[in-house]
Amino acid sequence: MPERRTAVPVTFDGEDFEAYDDESVLQAARRNGIAIPALCYLEGLSVWGGCRVCVVEVAEDHRLRPACATPVKADMEIKVHTPRLDSYRKSILELLFAEGNHVCAVCVSNGRCELQDTAVEVGMDHVRYDQQAPARKVDASHAKYVFDHNRCILCTRCVRVCDEIEGAHVWDIAERGAGSEIIAEMDVPWGDAKSCTWCGKCVAACPTGSLFYHGKAVGEMEHSADIIRVLASARGKGEWLSPEVSL
Amino acid sequence: MAAIIDLHEVAERELEARTRYPWRVKACASTACQSAGADAVVRSIEATVAAEHLELDVQVVPTGCMGLCSRGPLVRVLQRDVDTETMYADLTPEVGEQIVTSHIKAKKPIDTHVIDEKMPFFAGQEKVVLANGGVIDPNRIEGYVAHGGYLALQKALTSMRPEEVLDEVVASGIRGRGGAGYPTGSKWSLLAGAPGDVKYVVANGDEGDPGAYMDRTIMEDDPHRLLEGLALAAYATGATGAYIYVRAEYPRAIQRLDRAIRVARRSRLLGRRILDTDFDLNIELRIGAGAFVCGEETALISSIEGKRGQPNLRPPYPTEAGLWGQPTMVQNVETLANISSIINRGGEWFSSIGTPKSTGTKVFALAGDLTNTGLIEVPMGTTLRHIVEVMGGGVPDGHEFKAAQTGGPSGGCIPASHLDTPVDYESLRRLGSIMGSGGLVVMDDRTSMPELARYFMEFSMDESCGKCAPCRTGTVQLHGLLDRIATGTGSEGDVRELEHLCQVVRDTSLCGLGQAAPNPILSTLHFFRDEYTDAVSGKEPADA
Repeated sequence: MPERRTAVPVTFDGEDFEAYDDESVLQAARRNGIAIPALCYLEGLSVWGGCRVCVVEVAEDHRLRPACATPVKADMEIKVHTPRLDSYRKSILELLFAEGNHVCAVCVSNGRCELQDTAVEVGMDHVRYDQQAPARKVDASHAKYVFDHNRCILCTRCVRVCDEIEGAHVWDIAERGAGSEIIAEMDVPWGDAKSCTWCGKCVAACPTGSLFYHGKAVGEMEHSADIIRVLASARGKGEWLSPEVSL
Repeated sequence: MAAIIDLHEVAERELEARTRYPWRVKACASTACQSAGADAVVRSIEATVAAEHLELDVQVVPTGCMGLCSRGPLVRVLQRDVDTETMYADLTPEVGEQIVTSHIKAKKPIDTHVIDEKMPFFAGQEKVVLANGGVIDPNRIEGYVAHGGYLALQKALTSMRPEEVLDEVVASGIRGRGGAGYPTGSKWSLLAGAPGDVKYVVANGDEGDPGAYMDRTIMEDDPHRLLEGLALAAYATGATGAYIYVRAEYPRAIQRLDRAIRVARRSRLLGRRILDTDFDLNIELRIGAGAFVCGEETALISSIEGKRGQPNLRPPYPTEAGLWGQPTMVQNVETLANISSIINRGGEWFSSIGTPKSTGTKVFALAGDLTNTGLIEVPMGTTLRHIVEVMGGGVPDGHEFKAAQTGGPSGGCIPASHLDTPVDYESLRRLGSIMGSGGLVVMDDRTSMPELARYFMEFSMDESCGKCAPCRTGTVQLHGLLDRIATGTGSEGDVRELEHLCQVVRDTSLCGLGQAAPNPILSTLHFFRDEYTDAVSGKEPADA
């Protein structure tokens, strides 16, 4: 028998909801149908807390907290939308778009991209900041997949899914700050990475057009990040893949 | 098992040995004086002593920092029979030779190099953590013991229960010296109350603010004081293991701490059955790899574990799940260096120094446009004016004081109109700055504030770990905006955007580095807004 979860009352933007006391604010919100944008969070993986798009305001001290990493407490008053939060989220999205080379019109994920969707969700219609236009590499050395670092937002979903679900730990972060990049093994071309099992979970988890299959043209690449949640929950229950899910 | 040290006997023997020499020459061998040529001065003094056959009369001792680093190399000459001490500054090997031939042999001090230890720079100080600086040889445990070292540990282990040690620390009112000022007693209580058999205390020696070297001086010049403080912290909180995390840029501190740990183990002051009690503790040294962010406690813990040094989300707080998942307390070096004095003299004595809410003393590294620069230790609540104008000797070369910067890249600027602010945690925070670890940089009227803000933003940008988006990308954009403003190519829109982005980065970043990175901009915008608006007045936006 699974343990009973305790339901506690919370409010989102002044409306009453019930949350479980073992949930994060983000989980409670999503279960109740409240949209909080998030990029690095993926159900089934450990919490990273790096994108900061999911910040919410908690009434007790008005400090901003990442919804993904904040445990629910009874009678928590959570604000998802305030003028400040909405403007901050928009700014963070603009910062991300200015940091990499995100040109939707020529991207394999155009129209099927979490970064793009989140930008629309928060109402980002232009970028105020200087485009950094970094000269990043495109790693097409793998026979099945491509890693275009220009579109990487360093959410580390690929790093975590490979380590935590597949158990291969091909990916890691190298360098720091604005120079941070995802590397395969000890910075070898992906195609030379002996630890890669070709499972494709990193590709499935990617929120942008950074990881994709060879041969995909503009707008053709569809990621299936939800598969990670299914895999993680199946593993948690001691089951394996449900028949209707395929990679 | 090694023999137990008899502290009183060692102290007595050490003090007695000193009286055999009529003269004691204490030469500062700390990093600042070394870079000014202290080694050559000491060699010259020693060679002259040998040439004059005075080896039995003159004892030459390398010591820690004497404080007035701008006048180094520094040497103190003690004449025992009349019990007078003379301090020499700005030494060269030639003057070192004269100290022996003229001062010691002919009793004629070299007046041109003598400085008065009653001068305001020294007179305004109250030394607790720096008490042994310029007095003992950092490499010899006997020197530390001769000045009351390890008596606090002995007292605690033999006559106090852990709760009583903790009570003294709570009563002292001491707050963390690393910058944020969290009450130390509360942190200790959290660790003491945390469940589990394995707990850790960690000394944070990853001092990274530009121009700050308080912790380096403590670790280099009085390493046993840190070890004793750490051992007391472990005893009071029930910690079973201890680490000292030192940045790799401090090789001398690493070497001296390493030696101190070995000697302390041999003397049964560390290791198993310390001082023949039931208390066991090992202290391990961990070396950083050049990342400012590792001064943040969760990043520091990751780094000790051998992982990438980047901050982790809190909760869980380290006192719940820290190093190797066990309850852990990270303490600043200067905080720990105060503990032995608190146990020796009582929490009440400590709380009588300073102000009611900021007790004790604080070490500052004075730097910048000042007549006297170096290390000072003053009671909390001393006014900035006293530090800058009296102790620091004011701004030289006929220039005007413009601002004092505290807290490094996480702090802010305090203008002349607020010079009467007492230096304590709350007063500095109210002005938009922070106490920080103790860097205090004074700037004269030639300093451009947008350029200063750009300097600190470049630092934060280089040191951002890259984990969270607002810090990783926001610092780059802030630096770009400041660069345009400082070089006269910015627009009024740039200043507006600068302010907005500062708020985004401050409020949404994951750790203290990002949250505090906009402080130098926000505080200079607050006090010196004219400089920003003048720099962009009448300029059209670049992309219009």
